[in-house]
Amino acid sequence: MAKGKVVVNQDECKGCGLCVESCPQKGMALREELNHYGVHPAQQVEDVCTGCGICYYVCPEPGAIVVYKVVAEAPRSEVLNAATV
Amino acid sequence: MSEYKVTQSKAPVFFEYFDRKDENRHQTHYCPGCGHGVAHKLIAEALGDLGVQEDTIVVSPVGCSVFAYYYFNTGNVQAAHGRAPAVATALKRSNPKATVISYQGDGDLAAIGTAEIVHAANRGENITVFFVNNSIYGMTGGQMAPTTLVGQESTTSPWGRRPNNEGFPIKMSEMLATLEAPAYIERVALSDAKHILQARKAVHKALELQKQGAGFTMVEILSPCPTILKMEPVVARQWVHDVLTKHFPLGVFRDHKPEFTPVDVPQKPIAELLGITGSKLTEEEKHSRRQHTRAKTIKVAGFGGQGVLLLGQLIAEMGMREHMEVSWLPSYGPEMRSGSANCSVTLSHERIGAPVITRPEVLVAMNEPSLRKFGATVKTGGVILYNGRALPEDLHYEGVSVACIPASEIADQIGSARVANVIMLGALLEATDCLPFTTASHVLANFVKNQKLAEMNEKALAAGRDFLDKEILVGAVAGPDGCGE
Ligand SMILES: Cc1ncc(C[n+]2csc(CCOP(=O)(O)OP(=O)(O)O)c2C)c(N)n1
Ligand code: SF4
Ligand code: SF4
Repeated sequence: MAKGKVVVNQDECKGCGLCVESCPQKGMALREELNHYGVHPAQQVEDVCTGCGICYYVCPEPGAIVVYKVVAEAPRSEVLNAATV
Repeated sequence: MSEYKVTQSKAPVFFEYFDRKDENRHQTHYCPGCGHGVAHKLIAEALGDLGVQEDTIVVSPVGCSVFAYYYFNTGNVQAAHGRAPAVATALKRSNPKATVISYQGDGDLAAIGTAEIVHAANRGENITVFFVNNSIYGMTGGQMAPTTLVGQESTTSPWGRRPNNEGFPIKMSEMLATLEAPAYIERVALSDAKHILQARKAVHKALELQKQGAGFTMVEILSPCPTILKMEPVVARQWVHDVLTKHFPLGVFRDHKPEFTPVDVPQKPIAELLGITGSKLTEEEKHSRRQHTRAKTIKVAGFGGQGVLLLGQLIAEMGMREHMEVSWLPSYGPEMRSGSANCSVTLSHERIGAPVITRPEVLVAMNEPSLRKFGATVKTGGVILYNGRALPEDLHYEGVSVACIPASEIADQIGSARVANVIMLGALLEATDCLPFTTASHVLANFVKNQKLAEMNEKALAAGRDFLDKEILVGAVAGPDGCGE
């Protein structure tokens, strides 16, 4: 079980691919299938997520990505400082 | 033990649903990969972290981010193209505790709005400007912006920007940093994760400084516009990194406490500034004085030259003397003489939000065109005072009291057509009881220094009152033939 996971809202995602390109673990990909709005939405495909939150910050959509982490709740700033960017 | 917890999700400063669209209402209107969305997210997060959502007002510009008000669950104002810093100035000065954001594109800020941004910065307004520089006009389809790079193609520089014809790109951050007043200016880029996290810090810092009252803060955000640049989102972002950032170097251009100590402008009551305070009253006395006054919204309309605007001013000044809240808003026709003019006067016991009156409780119509224009706008239960012997035959007003006062004729008899407006004032006070007659006398006496005219004014005031008192049954709805029953 990876330290983190992300869930992409398949309707809100516009398929820009910025998260895919930015993920340090290379755990994201655009799906083969089109969504209802005609784009290939992003999805987590590898169980390598560290929960660093980078995909969240590079994504232009306010709520397309939700990031989860296994840790006991950590404040945002700590999460970011831990991130390797 | 190992349970997943949410660490990042939609900032609560965003609306849960965006009303702009009928479906997919949680998605923005921005193109895929547009930097505006990222900028919005950083701002929303910082506002939440600083705990200022409830006190924040976002001024959105003209440009692709014109719809920012659909996203930020804060106070929102949408300004005319380029004017956001001026609007933000007014908002901040009238709500000093608010966090005020001017969100602007590069066409908005660096082209049509050059004057506003320069002077807001120069005055050290305690606002935060987020300047999204994508090197182009996005919304209108890719015209050259002042920030367009040398050689960069746009629809209005199809051969690439040539400095000898279109000038050089303007570096706004550097330019504004030459001014004394700004407290903080930084340029950041949404070019990759690392830089986005730097931008996140800058956004937070600027808003925090505003909260501390530091003065003018601006974050210039280099941002990808994949659509107009005709690049894939990932490529556009790389272009920001490889090209845009080279021409617009990142960094902090200003980070200091401004040299001047902000001067607290004493907020004197207007009445005091105008020297019409009279005796100082306690809150209790004010309250009891207010028993003799009534809140009213009044529209006065007529030809220019009939003293329409002046009548409004007189009423407003009377209200001030009676410690009411007042507003007076003139509206001129194309020409002052014989053109139409009107003004809106609000007399209130509460602070007045907006001085605009679309449905007045009282209409003073000094001529027929004004009656035709505004008669139907009078609120049910309201009063129309018409300068004429009778209503035009085709006009009927349901649910409002109408009084026809031949003010121009009476004024003639008194000796000057100029006092017709004062006759209407007398009638208005009698009909509405909004203010005491004695106050009208004081204000008029203060206003008119010429002895003869002052006497005529007194007569006019009394004539208006008496006419209404004797000849008109106030409260009666007029028949088509005339006034009252
Ligand atoms: C007074 C006025 N002039 C011109 C326009 C047309 N107009 C709309 S958006 C825009 C440019 C916006 O460009 P920018 O500020 O760079 O914002 P972007 O769309 O790139 O985010 C222009 C010129 C307008 N709406 N109002
Ligand atoms: S960055 Fe956001 S919008 Fe773009 S592909 Fe990833 S989830 Fe979708
Ligand atoms: S045109 Fe450019 S600035 Fe406008 S929404 Fe699209 S990508 Fe963003």
